[in-house]
Amino acid sequence: MSNIIINRKVLEQSVGKKLTLDQLKERISMMDAVLEKVNRDELEVEVFPSRPDMLSEQGFARALASFIGAKTGLRNYPVKKSGLKINIDASVKEVRPFTACAIVKGIKFDDEKITEIIQLQEKLHTTYGRNRKKAAIGVYPLEKITFPVTFKAEKPDQISFIPLEADEAMTGAQILSRHKAGREYGALLEGKAKFPIFIDAKNEILSMPPIINSQLTGRITPQTKDVFIECSGFDYDALSICLNIIVTSLAEMGGEVYSLELIYPDDKKISPDLSPRKMKLDLTYVNKRLGLSLKEKEVIGLLEKMGFGYEKGMVLIPPYRADIMHQVDLAEDIAIAYGYENFTEELPNVSTIGEEAPLEKFARKVREVLVGLELMEVKNIHLLTELELNKRMNLAAKLITLKNALGENNTLRNSVLPSLLKNLQENQHNLYPQNIFEIGRIFEWAEEAETGVGEKDNLGIVLCHDKTDFTQIRQSLDALMRSLGLEAVIRDAKHASFIPGRVGNIVIEGKKVGIIGEIHPQALTNWGITMPVVAMEMDVEGLWGLVNKK
Amino acid sequence: MNLTSLISKLHPLERKVLPFLKSEKELLSLVKASGMQEIEVMRALQWLENKDILHLSTETKKVIVLGKNGLKYKEEGMPEKKLLKVLTDKFQSLSEITQKSGLEKEEVDACIGILKRKVGIELQKEKELMLKLGLQGKKILSEGTLEEQFLTKSFPLELEKLTDVEKFSLEELKKRKELVSTEEIRKVTISLTELGKKVIAVKLSTGEVLNRLTPEMLKTGSWKDKEFRAYDIQAQVPSIYSGKTHFVNQAIEYAKQIWLEMGFKEMTGTMVSTSFWCMDALFVPQDHPARTMQDTFFLGGKAEKGKLPAADIIQQVKEAHETGGKSGSSGWKYSWNEEEAKRNVLRTHTTVLTSKTLAQLKDKDLPAKFFAVGKCFRNEAVDWKHHFEFNQTEGIVVDQNADFRHLLGYLRQFFTKMGFPQARFRPSYFPYTEPSLEIDVWHQERQEWVELGGAGMLRPEVVVPLLGKDIPVLAWGPGFDRIILEYYQIKDIRNLYKNDLKLSREVKVWLK
Repeated sequence: MSNIIINRKVLEQSVGKKLTLDQLKERISMMDAVLEKVNRDELEVEVFPSRPDMLSEQGFARALASFIGAKTGLRNYPVKKSGLKINIDASVKEVRPFTACAIVKGIKFDDEKITEIIQLQEKLHTTYGRNRKKAAIGVYPLEKITFPVTFKAEKPDQISFIPLEADEAMTGAQILSRHKAGREYGALLEGKAKFPIFIDAKNEILSMPPIINSQLTGRITPQTKDVFIECSGFDYDALSICLNIIVTSLAEMGGEVYSLELIYPDDKKISPDLSPRKMKLDLTYVNKRLGLSLKEKEVIGLLEKMGFGYEKGMVLIPPYRADIMHQVDLAEDIAIAYGYENFTEELPNVSTIGEEAPLEKFARKVREVLVGLELMEVKNIHLLTELELNKRMNLAAKLITLKNALGENNTLRNSVLPSLLKNLQENQHNLYPQNIFEIGRIFEWAEEAETGVGEKDNLGIVLCHDKTDFTQIRQSLDALMRSLGLEAVIRDAKHASFIPGRVGNIVIEGKKVGIIGEIHPQALTNWGITMPVVAMEMDVEGLWGLVNKK
Repeated sequence: MNLTSLISKLHPLERKVLPFLKSEKELLSLVKASGMQEIEVMRALQWLENKDILHLSTETKKVIVLGKNGLKYKEEGMPEKKLLKVLTDKFQSLSEITQKSGLEKEEVDACIGILKRKVGIELQKEKELMLKLGLQGKKILSEGTLEEQFLTKSFPLELEKLTDVEKFSLEELKKRKELVSTEEIRKVTISLTELGKKVIAVKLSTGEVLNRLTPEMLKTGSWKDKEFRAYDIQAQVPSIYSGKTHFVNQAIEYAKQIWLEMGFKEMTGTMVSTSFWCMDALFVPQDHPARTMQDTFFLGGKAEKGKLPAADIIQQVKEAHETGGKSGSSGWKYSWNEEEAKRNVLRTHTTVLTSKTLAQLKDKDLPAKFFAVGKCFRNEAVDWKHHFEFNQTEGIVVDQNADFRHLLGYLRQFFTKMGFPQARFRPSYFPYTEPSLEIDVWHQERQEWVELGGAGMLRPEVVVPLLGKDIPVLAWGPGFDRIILEYYQIKDIRNLYKNDLKLSREVKVWLK
């Protein structure tokens, strides 16, 4: 999600209609964006990733003007030929194979416009451009450049120019290690034998994409009127759309668009191409999906509200739209134009039988029994720390950990008892007895599982007060077993979290389903708990299996 | 309350005390007169005060009380006088005098100091200390000292009422061991109210009212023809707490019930999933920001990667991403990487259950409706508004005839039942739905729309690879925690899973 700042006056000017704040809020929300904040004349708008064309004031105003009916239909952006050429050298194939370029002339770049074009460039970089990986954009004052420009790759040491925000010439390698932009985006060129550069006919380096422009030839100033724009990346169609978003925004500012000839080693392209894409629209499909019965004429009107054109069953898609992959995307735009608020909601009469998952249902029954024993249910998170799962429990199990957890909780719990002891530790200021239970997910190694991780729901019970003992936890177990119609026996066991001689396996019909005993004072001390605790933990699915068999 | 009813509710202790209030107006004398324990009398008086029968006024005073030696000397006379009695005008040795006086050595030493200052004795140091009567000795013997006179008063003495001379004597006595000390005492005075005066005029039955009903009384029938004391049933009693299910689970149970009533079948599944089911099968491109390390928990070590499903499903999903495959889409146009799809994640949404369910679904199962409620994860720092674990509720309708209007209908129904009749649906974006929408509910207190979560119709790029053909699938997955916080009026999201037993014990149950 990306937020942009829009000047309300500029917006109203471009839209050509004044809206009250409430109207603005409501219309923007229903158009596929969110008006997040209003500070005097500034609007902060959240733009969805599907609509990078709305990341500029002009783009946003264009969409809004259409949507509210002030200026609908496909906008035509004329392109003149500049006669200039860009040579794309075969050497870029390995590192950043494509570029799409354009020239826009006749813009008065005041500070406001410069800020805006930089905002658009940065927002496109982070969203559509996937932090410059998929698309990196460069904007240059045209008068500093001598054509033809060449896009080629050079060894990092042989590249030398003064990058933006630096005082002296740096090599490609130095830029990566010393320049702020180099450190931030250097990973995108890491391990490449050659780095890509744009270089002009006078051998002036314009930029080293996707990292940085040159200080001499790559800075827009209030004196700039004409600009050269390039987008570089890995997919020509994606770059084209990115370029079109910028170029059409500049055209909305009053710029005139000129094309260049891109000479690829085995192909020639004219760029930019601002002619609309065409897609066939199946009216039946749209009506069926939306539950409407729109006529062709109505659909045309709705499409025009979203900036599309229409010609004999074909939708004309504006060159800046990045999100139209399937006619289902057109169906959504038709729905938005129709107005989500205008649909007649319907709860259809489809006969299906509701069914609760059997294990969930069983767990609910177990809960009922335990609540009857005056136990309090707790619900814990699944991520704990190794300290809590192993050391504090006197254990040394091999645990399943996360690769990239932001916080310290980076280990999946393999038992619910550590969570319950943590609860007791944190509740020492509260009233006793503290007799609590949880039915919750635990994670274990399981080679046969699709993920290599096995998951079970376990029941854990702890009884904690000054007079608790093995008898009491055994009574709780017996009460539960009676209610489930099962009979459990306890067999001697060893478990470092419990006092030796006061711990056993819970065995039902010869099958081990859990463990029961008095928690070892060392474990309690590790947790900082100064009240005795007895505990048990059981596999709920195992229990359910036994109950279900009967 | 009328007099009879008031009297019938009197506790036995109150009944015992009341008759004495005709004459006694002060706690200590009342204790003495009634022969009851002070604590019993006090309790009875407080209850009576609560019933507006009397007023208690308490004042605290400083008084002088006698210590161990004070009591002794008051009775036996002051030691210095005993000493003087055995003295004559001739010098006698200390040991002789000590023996004759019958005083302790310690007492003698103290007396010598006092008498020396008052010129009651004369000393001479020879081999041993020698003593004889001094100038004032006889006068002291006949008239006594000020301290001695002070001791004859009746204690405890109120400090405030002492004369200057008495205060001087007190200071002198305080210098000596365990003679006198000052203490603070409470004086409780009782004054009857108008109601109280009426109550004590009534003759109270004492022995005949019954307190606790016992099995014995029932067996013997001894309760018959007797009166039960009425309790003060408006009084507070100590709290007890019931066992309870966790309040989050109560909310989940309710949501589940709504789906079940609407004919939905529950989906459950693992929290760890391969990216394949959690992302790829849902047409989330592999370079999508949601798949970066910042947003999603990836598993590490030996659990880093899992296995992919059958080859034909992999192929279908791959094609959907790269070219759109059989879905009629242009796809994301990039080279789809199998290894990336194997990476294990903690599920970022319950929609992973939807993708797995769709892959299992056969034609004969249609139409079908499924739901899930469950924990999801996002790699986020914890604060009062954010948690790395959150609950989501998921629903899908797979039906050849389903359309967008039905989606709105189901959602309206669910949110109305959850207590949000005022919901609005507005356009939104998710990689796996089209059209997509966001559900906002109206927050009465804040007077604004609050976002609750997303919904939409699954894209053909999702449905075709999993189901084999493009059948409308309505899907939604709003977050659930906000609803829970709102209902229980909990402001800090961390309190949902902190398991503070005080909160759990006192929070109301889910009453919808």
